[in-house]
Amino acid sequence: MASAAATRTSEPAAAAAERPVLEVQGVWKKFGEHDVLIDVSLSVRKGQTICILGPSGSGKSTLLRCLNWLERPDHGHIFLSGQRIGYRAGSELPMTPAELAPIRARIGMVFQHFNLWPHLTVMGNLIEAPIWVQSRPRGEVVAEAEVLLDKIGLREKADVYPARLSGGQKQRVAIARALAMRPAVLLFDEATSALDPELVGEVLAVMEDLAKAGMTMVVVTHEMSFAQDAADEIVFLDHGRVVEVASPEKFFREPDTERARQFLQRYGATTRRAFRDGA
Amino acid sequence: MTREFAIVWAHRDRLLEGLANTIWLCVLATILALVIAGPITVALMSANRPLRAVARGFVDAMRCVPFLLLAYIVYYGLPSLGIRFNNWSAGLCALVTYNAAYMAEILRGAWASLPREHVDAGHAFGFSGARLYWRIILPPVVMACVPVIGNQMIQIIKDSAFLTIIAVPELTHEASAIQSMYYVPFAAFVAAVALYWLLCRIVETLVAAVERRAEATR
Repeated sequence: MASAAATRTSEPAAAAAERPVLEVQGVWKKFGEHDVLIDVSLSVRKGQTICILGPSGSGKSTLLRCLNWLERPDHGHIFLSGQRIGYRAGSELPMTPAELAPIRARIGMVFQHFNLWPHLTVMGNLIEAPIWVQSRPRGEVVAEAEVLLDKIGLREKADVYPARLSGGQKQRVAIARALAMRPAVLLFDEATSALDPELVGEVLAVMEDLAKAGMTMVVVTHEMSFAQDAADEIVFLDHGRVVEVASPEKFFREPDTERARQFLQRYGATTRRAFRDGA
Repeated sequence: MTREFAIVWAHRDRLLEGLANTIWLCVLATILALVIAGPITVALMSANRPLRAVARGFVDAMRCVPFLLLAYIVYYGLPSLGIRFNNWSAGLCALVTYNAAYMAEILRGAWASLPREHVDAGHAFGFSGARLYWRIILPPVVMACVPVIGNQMIQIIKDSAFLTIIAVPELTHEASAIQSMYYVPFAAFVAAVALYWLLCRIVETLVAAVERRAEATR
């Protein structure tokens, strides 16, 4: 597999464009005796939005955390634009944190609890990693951060500390912070689950705009309406296995598996809406 | 009694000189103790067991030794191992060594209570090693510790009075010299106490000012 990774990097540009941005091959993960992920494979092409759905405890968040090696899979491979994550090229030697860092810097991550750095202002949060990890010039990074803050409508909050923001504002800043890294792919780990219901909409709107603008995204969510409207593909996870991969149209109207049907029934309102729209 | 205070007042320059020495000894000791506490804290939080054990051993040892004894050992004991300090550097060395252990324990506590997600975000954005420590972990840890570090500085100021026994010309030493020369113990020591009190009030005020700034981040 490692030699395959080596040849991938020397492919011509046309082939590289076809190549998935993110590819997961046969990933397994155990916590103690408990299998959290079982032989999970999926692939994300450039510009795609993949929504990972599934009941609580199905392994969605663990899968997402494996993608940037915050959790280390027990088996399997993960490739970012053809480069194998976690192991040195051509060997089975694990990467050091310093070797992982530049790869992680290309994978943007938005956390459920925002995880903004409280000791930095909004602007500080946006420019910290681009300056200190990517070593980009400060002036350029700040200019780009201002544009991002304009986009999420929080330009006037640039000098405010995260503690003074609402949950929805925090999460929008967290998204801008991830975008400031110019990532190849953005991961969303239940980005709206910790928000008050009335603040969910503003965050979903930003995410939908990003999906429309062609950002490559992997989204773990319980927001069925978002999955229906914005996803190019649904990956349904149950007890650590990928049970179904389908387009949102197919998944929400006529899922192949009984487990997916049961899952959708529990989100009754959303399923009704799907039937109504289809009628 | 008034006469006694008049004598002390007449020698106020000596007291103030002692005060100045105490101030700069304690400021330097606080800064150096914090700087040395940094790597000790990293060792205390390290995944490397032997390293962690050595750091833990040092911290626990310092916390169990009376400061006066440590000062004696540094000034009178180490020369028999061929290590010789003058009284100034012996005093500073004892203060720094002793308080670095306390500072490390303070920083370790704040680091351990840093939410895991905070560091996760650092990893996810490509921070690692020293950069992770300096940019992501240390600033909020120090911010959280400001009041306790201030307390420790007050402890350093009070501990520095012990250094009179190794003839460091700090505030207590000067007060003691005045009282023994003119036999005015009450006035000389009360004057010194007032100056220590003033010094501690200044530290508390500074800490409160920093705290107000830190409040914006909470």
